[in-house]
Amino acid sequence: MLKQTEGSKAVAEAIALCRPEVICAYPISPQTHIVEALGEMVKAGNLTPCEFINVESEFAAMSVAIGASAAGARSYTATASQGLLFMVEAVYNAAGLGLPIVMTVANRAIGAPINIWNDHSDSLSQRDSGWMQLFAETNQEAVDLHIQAFRLAEELSMPIMVCMDGFILTHAFERIDIPEQNQVDSYLPPFDPRQVLDPAEPVSIGAMVGPEAFMEVKYLAHAKQMQAIERIPVLAAEFKQIFGRDSGGLIRTYCSEDAETMVIAMGSVLGTIKDTVDEMRAEGHKIGVLGIISYRPFPLEQVRAALSSCKRFVVLEKSLAVGMGGIVATDVRMAVTGSGLKGYTAIAGLGGRPITRATLHKLFLQAEQELLPPVTFVDLDWEAVNKQLTREQQTRRSGPAAENMLHDKGLISAKFG
Amino acid sequence: MGFQPVKFYQTGTFTIGNRLLEPDERSVQSGQARSNSINSGHRACQGCGEALGARYAIDAAMAESKGQLIAANATGCLEVFSTPYPESSWQLPWIHSLFGNAPAVATGIAAAMKVKGKTEVRVVAQGGDGGTTDIGFGCLSGMFERNDDVLYLCYDNQAYMNTGVQRSSATPPAARTATTMPVGPNPGNAFGQGKNVPEIAMAHGIPYVATATVADLRDLEYKVRRAMKMHGARYIQIFVPCPLGWGTASSDTIRMARLAKESGMFPVFEAEHGEVVGVSKIRHKIPVEEYLQPQKRFAHLFGTNGHPEMVTRMQAIADRNIRKYGLLDEEGC
Amino acid sequence: MYKPFAITLKPGTSLANMTGTWRTERPVYLNRLPPCNNACPAGENIQGWLFHAESGNYEQAWRVLTENNPLAAVMGRVCYHPCETACNRGQLDSSVGINSVERFLGDEAIKRGWKFDAPASSSGKRVLVVGAGPSGLSAAYHLARMGHQVEIQEAGPLAGGMMRFGIPKYRLPREVLDAEVQRILDLGVTLKLNCKVSSIEQSMKDGRFDAAFLAVGAHIGKRAMIPAGDAAKIVDAVSVLRSMEGEDKPLLGRRVVVYGGGNTAVDVARTVKRMGAEPIIVYRRTRDKAPAHDFEIEEALQEGVMIKWLSTIKHAGDSSITIEKMALDDKGFPQPTGEYETLEADSVVLALGQDVDLSLLQGVAGLEIVNGTVQVAPNMMTGHPGIFAGGDMVPSERTVTVAVGHGKKAARHIDAWLQGSSYQPAEKHELAEYGKLNTWYYSDADKTVRPMLDVIRRQTSFDEVQGGLDESTALFEARRCLSCGNCFECDNCYGVCPDNAVIKLGPGKGFQFNYDYCKGCGLCVAECPCGAIKMEPEET
Repeated sequence: MLKQTEGSKAVAEAIALCRPEVICAYPISPQTHIVEALGEMVKAGNLTPCEFINVESEFAAMSVAIGASAAGARSYTATASQGLLFMVEAVYNAAGLGLPIVMTVANRAIGAPINIWNDHSDSLSQRDSGWMQLFAETNQEAVDLHIQAFRLAEELSMPIMVCMDGFILTHAFERIDIPEQNQVDSYLPPFDPRQVLDPAEPVSIGAMVGPEAFMEVKYLAHAKQMQAIERIPVLAAEFKQIFGRDSGGLIRTYCSEDAETMVIAMGSVLGTIKDTVDEMRAEGHKIGVLGIISYRPFPLEQVRAALSSCKRFVVLEKSLAVGMGGIVATDVRMAVTGSGLKGYTAIAGLGGRPITRATLHKLFLQAEQELLPPVTFVDLDWEAVNKQLTREQQTRRSGPAAENMLHDKGLISAKFG
Repeated sequence: MGFQPVKFYQTGTFTIGNRLLEPDERSVQSGQARSNSINSGHRACQGCGEALGARYAIDAAMAESKGQLIAANATGCLEVFSTPYPESSWQLPWIHSLFGNAPAVATGIAAAMKVKGKTEVRVVAQGGDGGTTDIGFGCLSGMFERNDDVLYLCYDNQAYMNTGVQRSSATPPAARTATTMPVGPNPGNAFGQGKNVPEIAMAHGIPYVATATVADLRDLEYKVRRAMKMHGARYIQIFVPCPLGWGTASSDTIRMARLAKESGMFPVFEAEHGEVVGVSKIRHKIPVEEYLQPQKRFAHLFGTNGHPEMVTRMQAIADRNIRKYGLLDEEGC
Repeated sequence: MYKPFAITLKPGTSLANMTGTWRTERPVYLNRLPPCNNACPAGENIQGWLFHAESGNYEQAWRVLTENNPLAAVMGRVCYHPCETACNRGQLDSSVGINSVERFLGDEAIKRGWKFDAPASSSGKRVLVVGAGPSGLSAAYHLARMGHQVEIQEAGPLAGGMMRFGIPKYRLPREVLDAEVQRILDLGVTLKLNCKVSSIEQSMKDGRFDAAFLAVGAHIGKRAMIPAGDAAKIVDAVSVLRSMEGEDKPLLGRRVVVYGGGNTAVDVARTVKRMGAEPIIVYRRTRDKAPAHDFEIEEALQEGVMIKWLSTIKHAGDSSITIEKMALDDKGFPQPTGEYETLEADSVVLALGQDVDLSLLQGVAGLEIVNGTVQVAPNMMTGHPGIFAGGDMVPSERTVTVAVGHGKKAARHIDAWLQGSSYQPAEKHELAEYGKLNTWYYSDADKTVRPMLDVIRRQTSFDEVQGGLDESTALFEARRCLSCGNCFECDNCYGVCPDNAVIKLGPGKGFQFNYDYCKGCGLCVAECPCGAIKMEPEET
């Protein structure tokens, strides 16, 4: 059913259609609207049977989900940013125990400085946690990916984060096709856990495992994600059969057939990129787009194939491996190892910095001409940065960098200085 | 209120069993059919109070729930010695997730049981004092205030034993631990610190809070069974001496628990909805020295270079407990 | 259920880990000898019969009791209960009232008509028992249960010996004695009364006996050389007590002086008090040196018996005596002071001990008599093969309980001797000392006080002075037993083992250690209330 609605609300409805049995909620922007909506549905009796639990922290949220999932309940929670970091220990644990929890991450920057706006630092910090990570480009895809995520998670008994850009998607009102319950029911069977806490057949879950078996346990988790690479396209195809639209999958390409320059990105920024590419295509540039939906597992072969006919690529990512450069870019470079392709990393949009078509246009032209340095910090205020660096060289007690730079830009009035 | 001991019958309810009592008056532990929830072959130290306390408590909960029980376990000695791959000692469905999240995991299990309509399946969470009063305290308090249907069992051995005996917020003053060494002018753990979690639990207004020791099985079983008859958040802190951490003989574990109670150092009581409703009276009052002196963790208080003034302060703590909880009968005062 | 690799485990699989290998010491169950049993002259398994009494199984308790002593109701009245003196509970609060429970069981057996089991088979051997006192009856009982044919030849008109002719009725009602004697006879023991054996060898030959047990007691009152006037009435205590059983009661007058400080002196004094006389005991030493049990002295004083301590009789006249005051010297011996006093006295009863009538042994080869008593080997056999002796006629403490013990011991040796072997008593277990107990576990419970007859009736009748316990108080008293050194199935070991390494075998079957898992922590030993477990070094 088509609806003009908020992304968060739409996701909440999609979650409800998946018949979750335990939902743990802890408020953190920009995820909060999702669990608020779910809470209301449970309270009103529109989502039943379901336990909605207001926990005291994200750590508890994931822990409650762990307990519920281990006891055989379909479990869901949502978080972002600091919240995700606060639950990290439990995030790893859920994956280690192989519990098919689905969690929405409304992607948001990580402090300090505290910042509520979108980038991908939070979920990418959990790259190695053992969770699968699916990135939604649009709110429609966010809705669809959650449905697919429960199916995939439960098939493999591994947890999945569905990542959607904070505010940009979560708080955007747009027309979204909310599936019907019978469609979801025919796609997503009831949760049949591979292990469950049951007095009728007791097991001990969560043993201490020493050097004699630890690597094997870790390899098995890896093997699960390798299986997911096989399953994700299949599940997307099944999804299309029932719901009638392309959604999900490992990667998605745009204008790539004859592209000499490929732009690679994840999430909602792909929309801006595609607009820019449309502009440049109109100008005659052979440029295309590769969107990565499945960040974990990372589809190395599919990425390599998608880039096999281009000459160069730019990875535009909303994340930074401080002291190194790109995070997604590293994976892409791994995928094309030995191909001789020229690759560029563009760090953009950190902490919600707008990524405009104009900027992208300029950036892609430079890439096309192979004028870019290996790592570009898109729209960085070099004047502010350089002033601060100079100040720090001169004065030991140079004060807080963020505040100084705001001063430099005249954004803090002199009387507070 | 409180546990009503059987007054005579040779050993009454002081001993684990008593052939002179009617079968329905006997303890779970005395039965040949007890569940031995934690099986032989676990790797706890000789004379481990926690292994014993856990079997006492979980067996009682198993009996009360007719075997319909699931346990969530915090990281710690109990977890490590019971479930090193490839063997588990547990005979009931059991999960270990993390050090600090056992109460929340239990909440999740209880929620799952509720949503699935398995109302007969009951949930316990358990951990040591570190996992309970320190790192797990946030989750514990959350579980309490939501009044989740979980019985939390804290096995209190007064320090982080699994990591090599470091101080926790349940470590008593003056005690030697690896992080409160008996050196300097104020040796051992500081006075005026620490957390009284049973009282904090009571402040949450939850249906049931109790303390117990491994030295009084019948009282312990009564409390576990009583707690299991209720719903909502319940908390029992069980005093479980640790021969390794305390520097006591492995055969002294129960004696130490008995002396802790008889000296007033560990008040044994129960509370409902934040109000004390029962107290285990001291039977033969002893000075704190009798309890402290056999323990190497208090050795620096005694002898030629001892600290009698610290013993006096410990006695004052015991005396305050005795006054506060009314641990002595009138005639015993 | 499919289980994820390594992180999920099967329940209870730690059984594969044999923690018993950690052990350097192992606990072992043992039976220690309870101090009561150790102190019992009759060798009763007191802890053993109390165990059954504790659960209200009085018949079983009585049967265990009578395995060693057939005279439970008599013992429960006349035994001076050294068991209670030795009882560990005395160090906790006060000793268990073993004697009162024994009496309850004995009375219960009479009331319920419980009988001894007949012997399983007959040996075809004949044993002559001479004397139907406690020792003879005891021997006859044990021998009969062993399958031997027993005949008791008793010189007196009734069975019981000193139990009848020495102990007053107010301490031992005769119907109680009769009932317990009859129960022994019901086993098939022949009792011939008024049958004085004048020659043991002849009697054995006449009756074709294979062995004999002599238990004629010590019935001849000792005389002391007291200067006395012709008219002075001086009699001995044994005759006085014996005549109480006959038609003609002794005529002693109003003021009766009893000379001596033993239990017999007290018995006589209390007896004549009941006959309306005014007895005065004269004894040369102090109360605490008197051989009589203090409770008997106390009861006598309560009943109005006068006692002159530190006094000896210097002269007896027809209506008065002269006594000399004594003083104890450094070594506690009484020495004359030269101070004299005169007491009114219609008669003097000498209670200075008894001698044995050894006439039946004349001419028997190999016998050894020392100080008027027959010497016996550790197996109770005299120097003459096949002739055994016990009770007051052999050197020992002269109490009913000791006599009963002799009878049992002799019976066992006679039995072995008849089979051409020798009886080896089982080695005694180590003593269950108080320090081996963990008394924390026993309920606080003070001793039950037995009811006493009021003083007026005690002074005027021969009604039994000390009452018995009723069922509930007897049960209470039995349950005060600490079961020293012997498992009473309190389940402590089973419960306190952190390794579930104690196997409970079920009611009456006790426990077993599972050494596969026992780590040797010693908690079971420390928390065993009764000291029935000990640690032993593990063999390397």
